[in-house]
Amino acid sequence: MNIGGWVIMILSLVFVTLFFLGSLYMVIRRGSKSGQLHSTFDETPDMKDIDQ
Amino acid sequence: MIGVILAVMGSAIGLGNFLRFPGLAAKYEGGAFMVPYFIALFLLGLPIAWMEWTIGRVGGEKGYHSTPGIFRILWPSKGSPYLGFLGILVPVGIYMYYVFIEAWCLYYAYQYAIGALPLGADSTAYQQFFATFTGQSADGSLFSFAHSNLMIFLLICYVLNMIIIYRGIAGGIELVSMVGIPVLFIAAGAILFRVLTLGTPDVNLPDQNVLNGLGFMWNPTTETTGFFEALSNSDMWLAAAGQIFFTLSVGFGVIITYSSYLKRGDDVILSATTSVAGNTFAEVALGGMITIPAAFILLGPAAAGGSSFTLGFITLPLVFEHMAWGSLFGFLWFFLLFIAAITSSISMLQPAIAFFEEGLGTNRSISITILSFITLVGTGVVAFFSKGLIGLDQMDFWIGTLGIFLLATIQVIIAGWIFGIDRLLTEARSGTKLPVPNWVGFMIKYVSPTFLLVIFGFWLKQNLFGYIDLLVENESARLTFFFILFLSGFFIMLIIQAMRRWAHLDEQTNQSENIENRGLK
Repeated sequence: MNIGGWVIMILSLVFVTLFFLGSLYMVIRRGSKSGQLHSTFDETPDMKDIDQ
Repeated sequence: MIGVILAVMGSAIGLGNFLRFPGLAAKYEGGAFMVPYFIALFLLGLPIAWMEWTIGRVGGEKGYHSTPGIFRILWPSKGSPYLGFLGILVPVGIYMYYVFIEAWCLYYAYQYAIGALPLGADSTAYQQFFATFTGQSADGSLFSFAHSNLMIFLLICYVLNMIIIYRGIAGGIELVSMVGIPVLFIAAGAILFRVLTLGTPDVNLPDQNVLNGLGFMWNPTTETTGFFEALSNSDMWLAAAGQIFFTLSVGFGVIITYSSYLKRGDDVILSATTSVAGNTFAEVALGGMITIPAAFILLGPAAAGGSSFTLGFITLPLVFEHMAWGSLFGFLWFFLLFIAAITSSISMLQPAIAFFEEGLGTNRSISITILSFITLVGTGVVAFFSKGLIGLDQMDFWIGTLGIFLLATIQVIIAGWIFGIDRLLTEARSGTKLPVPNWVGFMIKYVSPTFLLVIFGFWLKQNLFGYIDLLVENESARLTFFFILFLSGFFIMLIIQAMRRWAHLDEQTNQSENIENRGLK
């Protein structure tokens, strides 16, 4: 492993990890403020089928 | 609460993250490959993902959840729903061969669990095992008694998929993804830990160690190729952009359906970004750190290459043979691939179900029954034409590659040029606190479609004529292609029926509104 490999590997790993964790954090934080941020619970056809 | 995000991540995270990406990166001087990879992520992947999530929600607000219906809203014209037939053909067609590969993963996991794998240190044993098990010796061989094992596992996967999809989006797809994705990450984490602690397994081969294995994957230069020389390779840029495109499941017809179930106040930008981020993490931090380094460390540089199937089903089992506790990690690896596959395959059925329900007025049970029959026939075609995996290869090329390119291009052009960038940005900004700058509109309207068409053009130039020659020379390829044409015609006929139904429903709605208005007056 050369210096370039270390740099690219570490930068890539740090970036994708922060990208993912940061996004998840925003989802969870927003979710706690507004109830069904991403829920499809009352939207999907299967729920309409059950209701019928 | 994050059900839809996990469902889309489940759809996106698949075999490609763990097999296709590492193979491509290693082929193109790994580290150098990451430069075009990340550039394509931000110029192509993220804008198209944002676009697809947004237009899905737009269609959903008007009551449409399938691509033909959503196109009808975005572009009110007689022809636009017919372009949407790709949004049904692509996910259903891909499902037909994806479930086949899913059965391979489950079978391998089972073989490791019962101790029937590994098969020793000879690579030909694994090649023969794979070739025999997948029926590559002759067409129709999988339908013989000798191959009943694969067919049993194929049936298990089939039934599992149908049970999950029958339970619906919340109770089936989301639930499986909410359990499956964390399990996948845990299994991948365990394997990653094992790979990174391999050290130098064979003292007689000191160069085959963890650091050199990681270097094989991540070094931007080799003895013969410098960094900037590697970056000047246009094939690498194309490969990276193509990988981004396929790995994010954009243009599959899946995201547009899932996002159609979101409300106006839901944050499609954050949802899209999180799904993309999750998929990229799985690909780079897990796939990029496991497959190629493990193959290099235990088998050497020559083994750390090959096609996705070679890497996944021949090379990796040989790797586990050389690894302490290899059976356990072999089981974990193929179980991980099975989870990745099933969370993807279940996502591929919902677009067609949504279309049957809204376009033909059938309820969920009948829709699933119709779809079960169609996909059973299609998977049967793939399983029958197993010599050299020609059936699978044909479906993957015409539907799983060409179809996706076409659908993504059509979506981008409809969204950017017909629906309009201003409206698209307004819709995207609804419900989000994330900044959506105006230059994103420029990217979606001009840069992404250009990038897409350039990749598409080069890819066609490299591949199309070879496959056309194959159609001329090979009967099995021809018959599979005819099946694809038949399936396309079938879906277009269903869209004709759906258009009549929608026109009738629109008429009834207009009449009711006129009566109400007269009443109010």
